[in-house]
Amino acid sequence: MSELLDIIGALLLLAGSIFLFLGSLGLLRMPDVFNRIQAGTKATTLGTLLVLIGTAFIHPDWGFKLLLIGVFLLFTNPLSSQVLANAAHRSHVTKSKLTTLDQLAEDREENS
Amino acid sequence: MPAPDNKKRDLLILIITLFLFWLLLNGSLAVDVIVTGIVVSALITVLFYQGLSFFTELRLTPAAILAGFRYYVYFFGELLRSNLKMAKIVITPSLPIQPAIVRVRTRLKSRMGRLMLANSITLTPGTLTVDMQGEWLYIHCVYRDETAKEQDTHDLIAGFESYLEVMYG
Repeated sequence: MSELLDIIGALLLLAGSIFLFLGSLGLLRMPDVFNRIQAGTKATTLGTLLVLIGTAFIHPDWGFKLLLIGVFLLFTNPLSSQVLANAAHRSHVTKSKLTTLDQLAEDREENS
Repeated sequence: MPAPDNKKRDLLILIITLFLFWLLLNGSLAVDVIVTGIVVSALITVLFYQGLSFFTELRLTPAAILAGFRYYVYFFGELLRSNLKMAKIVITPSLPIQPAIVRVRTRLKSRMGRLMLANSITLTPGTLTVDMQGEWLYIHCVYRDETAKEQDTHDLIAGFESYLEVMYG
């Protein structure tokens, strides 16, 4: 039984690391700050959650603390991404040429 | 503004939540741990009297609780789906992105409901809340269909919004 849990846990850890890898690949490939935040900071949410769940399968007695880490992650991760993105936008970071529309900039110009 | 009774209830719930967190972190029921926990939880609650907690403005009706469960099911489904979509974009050699920051209006009135909406949008890859002004959310999308019409942007938040509307209003 414990062997089966170990195998499930290892598979979840593997899946989590694949998502984390894709997140870092996105960080390298994306053209501007906003898209990098999208790929790099947030694609990692699922990766980290899968790693936490996988660890919980291998060490069931750590379950509660892993759950707490997961909850903190879900509450703090989006806040930091939003604050970073907002700061970048306020300081007029160059946006990728591919950007088709920026209604936030339009509205800020109108109000100022 | 919530009624005073609600405020008291919210403060009590905040103290209990913080205290349970403390117990989980400590994993012990020794007297000194419990006393410290109660004192610190009460202190934090007094200091952050005006702050938001997960239970602020949460409606405790059966419909709201059911919506809460369905919200989490939907949220994790969405998280998985959008992560796969994002992974596909990242490994495609041509990097097919069409970023845009769009303006979306939310129907949600409560502060906590709006906070949860902004966080849910940010947690699902592909969309990122950049700013929020009153009922307007500014969302950065990695891929936005240029042929999409103005009113279609509401689709970005419609799923989360419908559950949060029942939970928080």
